[in-house]
Amino acid sequence: MDLNLKATELRLGLPGSDEPADQLQSSSSHVKNNKRSCSEIDGSCQKQESGAPAQKAQVVGWPPVRSYRKNVMEQQKKPDSDGSGFVKVSMDGAPYLRKIDLKLYKNYFDLLKALENMFKCTIGVYSEREGYNGSEYAPTYEDKDGDWMLVGDVPWDMFITSCKRLRIMKGSEAKGLGCL
Amino acid sequence: MAYSFPEEVLEHVFSFLSSDKDRNAVSLVCKSWYEIERWCRRRIFVGNCYAVSPGEAAFRGFQPRAGGLGRLRVPVDRGDVGAYPLLEEIKLKRMVVTDECLELISKSFKNFKVLVLSSCEGFTTDGLASIAANCRHLRELDLRESEVEDLSGHWLSHFPDNCTSLVSLNMSCLGSEVSFSALERLVARSPNLRTLRLNRAVPLEKLANLIRRAPQLVELGTGAYSAEIRSDILLNLTEAFSACKQLKGLSGFWDVVPAYLPAMYSVCSGITSLNLSYATIQSFDLVKLVTQCRNLQRLWVLDYIEDSGLEALASSCKDLQELRVFPSDPFGAEPNVSLTEQGLVSVSEGCPKLQSVLYFCRQMSNAALISIAKNRPKMVRFRLCIIEPRAPDYLTLEPLDAGFGAIVENCKELRRLSLSGLLTDRVFKYIGTHAKKLEMLSIAFAGDSDLGLHHVLSGCESLRKLEIRDCPFGDKALLANAAKLETMRSLWMSSCSVSYGACKLLGQKMPTLNVEVIDERGPPDSRPDSCPVERLYVYRMVAGRRVDMPGFVWTMDDEDSGLRFS
Repeated sequence: MDLNLKATELRLGLPGSDEPADQLQSSSSHVKNNKRSCSEIDGSCQKQESGAPAQKAQVVGWPPVRSYRKNVMEQQKKPDSDGSGFVKVSMDGAPYLRKIDLKLYKNYFDLLKALENMFKCTIGVYSEREGYNGSEYAPTYEDKDGDWMLVGDVPWDMFITSCKRLRIMKGSEAKGLGCL
Repeated sequence: MAYSFPEEVLEHVFSFLSSDKDRNAVSLVCKSWYEIERWCRRRIFVGNCYAVSPGEAAFRGFQPRAGGLGRLRVPVDRGDVGAYPLLEEIKLKRMVVTDECLELISKSFKNFKVLVLSSCEGFTTDGLASIAANCRHLRELDLRESEVEDLSGHWLSHFPDNCTSLVSLNMSCLGSEVSFSALERLVARSPNLRTLRLNRAVPLEKLANLIRRAPQLVELGTGAYSAEIRSDILLNLTEAFSACKQLKGLSGFWDVVPAYLPAMYSVCSGITSLNLSYATIQSFDLVKLVTQCRNLQRLWVLDYIEDSGLEALASSCKDLQELRVFPSDPFGAEPNVSLTEQGLVSVSEGCPKLQSVLYFCRQMSNAALISIAKNRPKMVRFRLCIIEPRAPDYLTLEPLDAGFGAIVENCKELRRLSLSGLLTDRVFKYIGTHAKKLEMLSIAFAGDSDLGLHHVLSGCESLRKLEIRDCPFGDKALLANAAKLETMRSLWMSSCSVSYGACKLLGQKMPTLNVEVIDERGPPDSRPDSCPVERLYVYRMVAGRRVDMPGFVWTMDDEDSGLRFS
């Protein structure tokens, strides 16, 4: 490689150095990326990566997505917009809604018991074939796609990430498939 | 000067100067011009806080402080505050601003009208309350993408009942719910309101009420765009939108429920700017909306739109000038959507006015880039981010030199370029040869040697900002082109091969440049001179070196010690 820098009059060479400097190819994984010194390609003053599920080894600050954008996208993945596990619960006929924190419960049994307690009702036991047959109530939830689903069909972990709000149906609507 | 204009005459003349650049130049001519200028200065814009120092005449009284980002410091001393009595506008980008600052601004400048804080931080909603309460003639409050500590939504209620001057309100970055009735009343009594960008906490069910009170809106940012699917809400919203005959820009759209998108169809034909970049909806729904916006000039969208959606866009939106496609899952190992280079090629074929592109994708080819270059020779901004660093042309496995080479060769008006993918020194040779109007260049994981950097610095005549990360560029090219740096606004290099010794030399030889080494491993002189620095930031400054750096920033200056700590 011939730089031919002597041709440029503005050469400022380090004393005694005609060799190229050591090529230290770093992928910067050791460099923290703090929120300062504005460079858009470094991720535009990002905070440290936190909570982002790393699905592969990440190069810090790449791709250059702003931390503001990252935060917003993270928030939208969660069930409720305030970032906690709180979801609204409505009960047909009740004058006001309640809120519960889904993160407090470990399984459907605990959740349903809590709902029964809160609304003074009996929801009963789930079965795949019959749903909550026999009960006057059917617990339903709105998922990420905006569809209303019966509580209990999917594994618990999948449920808490996709549940946006709960509605306890009552009366004939609640009888569901059994009375079609 | 024996004869000169009386001050009042000069002041009158200067008051016609609206450009910030002209203002700054005028204030540097001589002391008396500086004094006269500041008396009638109405606006302050700080885009790069590092270039502002205590001495810099144009910004006297606004001292950037330590803490990484420049901190806005409005001096408490009344004398200094009196320095800009007519100040009406402050626009800041990426700076630290405190509540005390905001309070002082709100109380000191009687005519204060415009506050724009872009990607700033350091303040809370209490600071906003001061602005709301005290700025009697406030026209614009824009917090775009700032990180505000959200204590409560109560700040909005501080706008007094007789405040009717609001033209633009952007609170989209805030988390807390504001009092809806206060917001409604504020909107209702602001007949000049043109821009309203709500935050996510404003529910969709209530959006119609707000819009109804402001049918003159030109730009609207919705809150969360989701609600239980109810026909009364949909009807209400549809009617409200249909009354907005002047609406040109839409944004917001968090948590979109597609069933509510048709509420906007009546305004689509007038829409020129659409920001769907937070809308996590699928291609099908995006296309239905976008293809109705026949006059669309600017679209920001997530990659959920996919190639098929971009093709539909290209067929419907012939006025499109700017396209930004953001990644929905940038850190996923596998692609989650079917968005490739083909989408961008379609848009470049179908949209004759396309001049500004930001595109995140996972594969690219030279053929596609050449195609895009030939289709759109009037391209002005081209930013491509291929998610995997050093990804080659996926068809030929070659570097993407030829593709980007075609871009710079064909697009003679190109002012901004961001590169990605596998690139050798050759692409920089093309850039240096052809990109004569290029002002800003971003480079990452590219190049083979110093020659690459040398081509850019010696060839790009219009270059103002250069930012580089993870490239094998080192001392030789930097030092050989040191004089070039004086003609540029700034150079940023991180994780490259620039040695501490070279930084010192640069600092010594170039007194008009601020050469800053940012290194978290501790003082650079605790390591050998040949050791590369983590980050280097070089910028020209009118008024001397910064003294307010945080502990991990060192300035290379012209003293023998070569090093000055903050």
